[in-house]
Amino acid sequence: MAETKRPNSPAASYDGPPDYRVIGRHGVFPQTSHDEIERINFLAQMNRHLAARVVPGVKAAYDARVAPGFAAAHGRPIATRHEARKAMLEDPAFCTWSALRRMTMEQRQQAGRWTVIRQREELNERGKALIEGDDRLVLNPALAIPRYVSAVDHHCMPGSYHREYAPDDFTNGANYDHAGFVTTGGLLGKYSDGGGHAVVQWVKKNLPDFAPKKILEFGGTVGHSSLPLAAAFPDAELTIVDLGAPVLRYGLARAKSLGINNVRFVQASAEDLTGIFEDGSFDWVQTTMFLHELSTRALRNIFAESHRLLRPGGIVLHVEQPQYAPDMPLFEQAMRDWDAFYNNEPFWSRMHEMDLDAEMERAGFDRAKIIHGGVYGVVDREIFPDAAEDNTEDYGRKAAWHVIGAVA
Amino acid sequence: MSFNDALNEAGAKPAGKRPYFLDPQVERVLAITMSLMQELAVAHQRADTLERLLKAKGVLVEGEIDTFAPDASASAERQMWNQEYIARILRIVQQENEAATLSDDVASGEMADDMVRDAG
Repeated sequence: MAETKRPNSPAASYDGPPDYRVIGRHGVFPQTSHDEIERINFLAQMNRHLAARVVPGVKAAYDARVAPGFAAAHGRPIATRHEARKAMLEDPAFCTWSALRRMTMEQRQQAGRWTVIRQREELNERGKALIEGDDRLVLNPALAIPRYVSAVDHHCMPGSYHREYAPDDFTNGANYDHAGFVTTGGLLGKYSDGGGHAVVQWVKKNLPDFAPKKILEFGGTVGHSSLPLAAAFPDAELTIVDLGAPVLRYGLARAKSLGINNVRFVQASAEDLTGIFEDGSFDWVQTTMFLHELSTRALRNIFAESHRLLRPGGIVLHVEQPQYAPDMPLFEQAMRDWDAFYNNEPFWSRMHEMDLDAEMERAGFDRAKIIHGGVYGVVDREIFPDAAEDNTEDYGRKAAWHVIGAVA
Repeated sequence: MSFNDALNEAGAKPAGKRPYFLDPQVERVLAITMSLMQELAVAHQRADTLERLLKAKGVLVEGEIDTFAPDASASAERQMWNQEYIARILRIVQQENEAATLSDDVASGEMADDMVRDAG
């Protein structure tokens, strides 16, 4: 290392996302050409540039122009994050940053979809060969996709997690998996699983005697955050529930190819799993970066289902971006709200102001047994940036999360 | 046929109305520009990959590109490429400047109306 990190050498001064080529591949990962890889590298650098070099200008404009301008016009300071956001919509710094951030997401979706769709038939065959006849995948083609998922495609991902373009289709799982690097800049590690490793580390440290046998993850999509749980508790059986057939199909093929076999994938709505799982049949219910893609009603149903499904003494853990606490500056709240209004995450804003403790209690959990914590993405630090040491704030996208949970 | 599917579907609109932050005309041009910026980065990295491979195979020597001096003929070809490239891209500036010097320029639609009037 010392040799490559001479003063003024590129390796010594470089601070940013790693080259995409360090990403971990598996049996159902799409082929990526040189130029497709460089498109992803460029877009990851765009997000890095926007966060590191443009956002400070948006903040400066807020302090110098937006907040004083609002105060002068209204005779009082900005009082809510919505006022802050609407005032910033009148300011060129926020608008330029927003336009570029939106376009970067649109370009990322286009780039990822191009790669997957051009090889769709071959990819679908490869995936099918990995999972054909495997009873660990249970799909329900009659499942109705709720409006909070179908009306607005989350993070501008056409067709979201559920749309299928061909029989036995893997397209939207493969797009979601292989190009998510653009948004995280490697902060989630080689297999985009830094969130799962963080959960495992937190559980092993804070609940050292916890030995789950049955684990359930709601909204686990392709298993990014789930497989570390299955790997850390090899005697347990992990079940992933999700609405989207393409991500579940892809998830099983990916898990098998990565040698993780104690996982099942079930297409269902986590709002109502009666008839699929019995009361008290799980030791652990997990969600990771999932709650913000629901609705108020769905969140309440899912909290209630987690309570129903846990055995007494079982654990539920939700990992999410931090809530809008009163001490969080309005500028930060407004910037974090960006995804709700401009990146098709409509529940993000409302969810982050909810009193989650009260919602847990409403679902039947004992307030005295509620758990709070905080985690950072856990990655191979030789290659990937470490979220705990990264001072760049990419509001809502950094791999730094809160944990809220409860003992049933 | 996946190539045509990719052409049709890769850039599909996600469900949900698109927000605009700038004048929509400006934002449209910026979006096109950002895609070009991306493709320029891709082209640059491809050239860099080629250079590194050629060096690794001993075809190119370190520093050879930076010290490259085209002969007179190559130099002329390369500078002409630059001139053509700029003129091609700045076509609209040329056309707007030419228009500014004209007092009797007429729109095709106006000309059509004239023709109708002329036919009586």
